[in-house]
Amino acid sequence: MTRTVDIRATLSYTGSIVKYLSATMSVPLVVALIYGEDALTFAVSMGIGVAIGAGLERLDEEPDLSPRDALAVVSLAWLTAAVIGAIPYVLAGYGTASALGHPVNALFESMSGFTTTGATATAEISFERHSHALLLWRQLTQWLGGMGIIVLMVAILPQLAVNGAQLMKSEAPGPGLQKLTPRIAETARALWLIYAGFTAALIAILFGLGLTPLAPNMNLYNAIAHGLSTLPTGGFSPQAESIAAFSPVVQWVFVPFMVIAGVNFALFWYLLRDEPRRMFENTEFRTYMGLVTAFAAVLAVGLFAGGAPSTAIGGVTEGVTANALRQGAFQIASLMNSTGFATADFAQWDAQTRFFLLFVMFVGGSAGSTGGGIKVIRWLVVGKALYRELYTTANPDVVRPVRLGGEVVDEDVIRGIMVFTLLYFVIFALAAVFIELDTARVGDGLSGTEALAGSLATIGNIGPGLGPLGPFGSYEFLPNTTKVLMIGLMWIGRLEIVPVLALFVAGLDE
Amino acid sequence: MHVVVIGAGEVGTSIAASLASDHEVVVVDIDSDRAEQLKYELDVLTIAGDGTTSEIQTAAEVGRADMVIACTDDDQTNLVACGTAKTLGDGFTIARVKSTDFLRTWEGNEGAFGVDFMVCTDLLTAENIVRVIGLPAAVDVDPFAGGLVQMAEFEIAEGSPVAGQTVSEADRFESLTFVGLFRDDEMTIPRGDTDIMVGDRAVVIGSPESVQSFATDVAPQTTPDHADEIVVVGGSEIGYQTARLLEERDFKPRLIEQDPDRARWLAENLPNTVVMEHDATDTEFLAREHVDEADIVVTALRSDEKNLLISVLAKRLGVDRVIAVVDSPDYVTVFEEIGIDIAINPRTVTAEEITRFTYESVAENIAVLENDQAEVLELELTEGCGLVGRPISEIVADTDVRFVIGAITRNHTLVTPRGDTVLQAGDHVILLVESDAIGAITSMA
Repeated sequence: MTRTVDIRATLSYTGSIVKYLSATMSVPLVVALIYGEDALTFAVSMGIGVAIGAGLERLDEEPDLSPRDALAVVSLAWLTAAVIGAIPYVLAGYGTASALGHPVNALFESMSGFTTTGATATAEISFERHSHALLLWRQLTQWLGGMGIIVLMVAILPQLAVNGAQLMKSEAPGPGLQKLTPRIAETARALWLIYAGFTAALIAILFGLGLTPLAPNMNLYNAIAHGLSTLPTGGFSPQAESIAAFSPVVQWVFVPFMVIAGVNFALFWYLLRDEPRRMFENTEFRTYMGLVTAFAAVLAVGLFAGGAPSTAIGGVTEGVTANALRQGAFQIASLMNSTGFATADFAQWDAQTRFFLLFVMFVGGSAGSTGGGIKVIRWLVVGKALYRELYTTANPDVVRPVRLGGEVVDEDVIRGIMVFTLLYFVIFALAAVFIELDTARVGDGLSGTEALAGSLATIGNIGPGLGPLGPFGSYEFLPNTTKVLMIGLMWIGRLEIVPVLALFVAGLDE
Repeated sequence: MHVVVIGAGEVGTSIAASLASDHEVVVVDIDSDRAEQLKYELDVLTIAGDGTTSEIQTAAEVGRADMVIACTDDDQTNLVACGTAKTLGDGFTIARVKSTDFLRTWEGNEGAFGVDFMVCTDLLTAENIVRVIGLPAAVDVDPFAGGLVQMAEFEIAEGSPVAGQTVSEADRFESLTFVGLFRDDEMTIPRGDTDIMVGDRAVVIGSPESVQSFATDVAPQTTPDHADEIVVVGGSEIGYQTARLLEERDFKPRLIEQDPDRARWLAENLPNTVVMEHDATDTEFLAREHVDEADIVVTALRSDEKNLLISVLAKRLGVDRVIAVVDSPDYVTVFEEIGIDIAINPRTVTAEEITRFTYESVAENIAVLENDQAEVLELELTEGCGLVGRPISEIVADTDVRFVIGAITRNHTLVTPRGDTVLQAGDHVILLVESDAIGAITSMA
């Protein structure tokens, strides 16, 4: 294990990924041309991105990756993607009053986009302040990051397919990689097709509704923009009022799609292959659906009983069944799997409902979904492994493997999950303490709960926190030191800690 | 019939012995001393050599054999022997295997490995154990006629209501027939006035329900329900299969295995069994785990000595029923004499299963009783055979072959045989016959 990371090969691979990723800026470029906006921003950004990518790529003509390098490539690719993605924000914001002109804010916004967090570093979201193209780029970064930029690259770049499985394993949410086909590139393509299919379906439904009187405000731009950030469990919206800007019908349309985004996409592959039992008998899927339903019901009851004092956004829920149900279902579908859309300002709700939401945020989506957090499967394994420990303490001679849906879970996997969960909580807690102290230092002190929520909202890639970090607030006022920490939290949270930490450990070894 | 038996171990010898009187048997064994010895023990031709080679098989005239039975102790040897036999002729091949994996492969594609019939020793033994567990007080249970008929052997315990009664007094069960009575290892064919005494073993044939009610009558113990504690000691293949079959019947057994890796494997493959990793000879452990309160203990360790030790220990702790797997046939009687309820010998079970095939189409099923003193056969009667068209009392009077008809199935329904019952072609007859007279009875059918 003394072999060090092959820096040239790692950078070269990272370069290829960045080069092709920069090319996606042609989408906002086209939008800018359509709206007659500042197309130069995106032309220049794209040029810089492609140049950096191509330059890095040339460091090694025939890169050869080891498993250790694969971790480094994934970590670096995500970091570099965020840096390149920040360039348009800086260029567009330079010299204006936009907060995104500041490099730290721009990097925060870009990292928040790619990691599908949905936390924003600008208090002002409007077409007066930002161009249509820039706000669409914000949505697009979420869509690219949702299924994973590595998965996308493995799907389209043949040179990545060789090490594809290793690369995808480092990026895939959940404890392991599920190969659907013998060739990894085909698996990656299948996942992206399912993902793109659901996105297209949502855009079509939203646009269709927009043509009827049921959904005022829903034009083609909004349909595309929200379609791009729902399936990746993103949470960005070009509307200042998020989904509260739309009619109840539209809000209900989002609910099933947000729930789908938290499901393991590999299961839809089985559904398409006419093996529905593999989906509906999947333990994680059933637990996830059960939890969503149960939590939504509890929240709806809480709201009906008056959990939400009348706020401007979201309206009255006390005694209003329809609104309590809708707000309950929407907020759970949005927060449990880390989307972060909002139809009500839950930062203003009473203490019980806010704590309940905080608790729900710990659950996360499913393995292999686009959601963040700890993930349902890990909770299942942690719970069963803890029960096993208690059981074998009482019955020391009994041999009892941990089973999930009848399948035995390997002891190494259990250990990995335990380590992950512990690391997650340690980092989450340390970061919360840092945020608390750092904001107090500059005089914008957050309450303890708000600091915890801020830490959780970024490491869990959720987005909105509580208090001033709530769904209609922003992270703009935070000191730059806290923002930098949060950029790190989002990065580490999306890649599920280990690849990033492994990169640092490899660095320390040298 | 020309039969070639490959492997002269206990299974091979037992099969050869039961076939020798009526068939032309050639036994092949790799050990020349063993072959030489067998030549004098049985009326068979013996050949020393590797039974998997075509050279030795040619010498044994496998080419014109009607049946080739490969029953060495090694799975692969048996499979290769059958494969070789198929290249030389078209005899019916029977292979004995231990591995259930081979059995599964073969079941998926009958004819695989050149094997026409496969007997899985460990699985058969486990099935036997589970069958015995299903009927309390039964020493041996075998299904006949596709499950319509059951044969069971019971020991008449002290205090049993039928003890001291005559057979006709005890025979108050619908569609149940007393076919045999063993006293001091001697078999008698019961007549109406035969007394049933404590310590006798009674063999009955009848519908499963009637056997069940007879069982609850002779032994007041209740039928095991699913709350009953069953402990399997030893995670050998037999132990594993027993636990697996019990799981299939909704029992939740406990299994004790000493080896950590094996215990882990068992725990992974037996989701409804509590697997414990411990030395089963540790009395303190047995007491701590309340093994003494178990209703049934099955010992399936790899050594007879350990099985004996645990069985005696379990009996002393007060376990109701102890079933022991006994590898060496010589020990079976010893085990039962010192009070172990049932001793099951895998080789006897295997030999029984293989022997039933040698009766060809005539006998469809067979159970061997009490060290081969008598057998229970299932015969399908054909038009014009000696048993058809006459009342049973007349057949019995006409012959000196000692046999009892226990049950008849006609068009898949059970007919209780009485003296005036007339047998028809197509009937399946389940009868008990003394071992010496098997040839005579099968020739009549």
